[in-house]
Amino acid sequence: MRKINSLNTTIIRKVLMALTGLFLCFFLIIHLAGNLQLLLPHEIAQTQYNAYSHILSGNFIIKLVSYVLYVSILAHALLALVLTIVNWRAGGSKYAVDKRRQVSGWITRNMGILGSLIFVFLIVHLADFWYVYKFGHPPMDAAGNKDLYTIVVEVYKEPLYVVGYVIAMIVLGFHLWHGFQSAFRTLGLYNFKYHKWVKYFGFFFSIVMTVGFAIIPIILYFRFAGG
Amino acid sequence: MKVTLKVWRQKDAQSKGAFETYPMDNVNEDSSFLEMLDMLNESLTVQGKMPVEFDSDCREGICGQCGMVINGRANGHLEGTTTCQLHMRSFKDGETIYIEPFRASAFPVIRDLKVDRESLDRIIIAGGFISSHTGSAPEANSIPIGHATAESAFDSAACIGCGSCVATCKNSSASLFTAAKITHLAKLPQGQVEARKRALNMVKQMDIEGFGACTNTEACEVECPQNISVMNIARMNWEFHKAIL
Repeated sequence: MRKINSLNTTIIRKVLMALTGLFLCFFLIIHLAGNLQLLLPHEIAQTQYNAYSHILSGNFIIKLVSYVLYVSILAHALLALVLTIVNWRAGGSKYAVDKRRQVSGWITRNMGILGSLIFVFLIVHLADFWYVYKFGHPPMDAAGNKDLYTIVVEVYKEPLYVVGYVIAMIVLGFHLWHGFQSAFRTLGLYNFKYHKWVKYFGFFFSIVMTVGFAIIPIILYFRFAGG
Repeated sequence: MKVTLKVWRQKDAQSKGAFETYPMDNVNEDSSFLEMLDMLNESLTVQGKMPVEFDSDCREGICGQCGMVINGRANGHLEGTTTCQLHMRSFKDGETIYIEPFRASAFPVIRDLKVDRESLDRIIIAGGFISSHTGSAPEANSIPIGHATAESAFDSAACIGCGSCVATCKNSSASLFTAAKITHLAKLPQGQVEARKRALNMVKQMDIEGFGACTNTEACEVECPQNISVMNIARMNWEFHKAIL
């Protein structure tokens, strides 16, 4: 009989997915709060946002958290891949007629597709802003900080990019909607009453994140495109 | 009524199976699905052909023996039912009905619609019990258990081990089955002594048998003939984490 360690079970992998996922949820809140500064009146936004970015990139603790963030993103994606392979193997032969989709939601069955789309978005997103800010030749603002604000404004003058960004945020919202409550269940939340509130909060959280992030490129586009 | 059956025929786990078509006439709409299959088997036997093999025992929805995938759904399109509790009146006259075995690598096909579900038994053997001599039925009030607790433990204990949760799960996970047993005993004082070992061993056995991971799609709860709640799975996770820490 094959023997396995308790720490080498699918449930532990699920727990790691839940913890990394919830950490990423927490990051989204901070990320959204910081980036809403982009919507301040033009002059204030430019100075304040660039100064904010400068402080963040120079801070040791933020640097540490950012490494945890990179590891979380990669671990979340890799564990998903590992678990997907386990699940495929567990399936055996395929049903000739398969109508099992009638008894569960589309989102719950396609977290992998949603997650992959988010991953592709992340690569584009990091290449557009993070890479340019860290390794490119960003312009400088009046205070002598790298002018990330102008980079962002320039990118969102492109209507196709804005549309793509908004679609990505909707995908993110769907992923969070299921992911948030699923994470709590994987961690072992079981009280019926309590669970209902986690479900409501997860839904509310997904909507706030999607609307909050999507509104930024939309407003910047209408404020600056063609202007 | 008339129906056309497309039944999965497979000699054994190694063979490749295929659908065979059987037209059925004069099916009584009040007969159960299994009685309809009995009719088919009688006619196959008369013709000197191999009858279709399928599991069944009590035929009143409590033993968990019968189980097949009918038109792409575990135990047919009704929610929360066993195959034996499905009746022909739930089908349309002239309908074509596809019948397949439960499919999961932990449920190898024995023959036709009959699958080997011993993997579920081995999960129970790994810890789904209490190790004490229970003797004859004890005085009911010797261990005080609140009514709500007793009812809730019974809701978990209602699992009949049919494997419909595995069959309908896109990941072929046995989480609902395993969780029901772990939760049933976790809720009662008798289950406390071995709670830790039970959670660890049963969860490990689930992996050893090659079942998939739970992604909380909740399909199992819909198809479960006993309507076991997915909250049992959350409780299993909780018990497992407690056991590790």
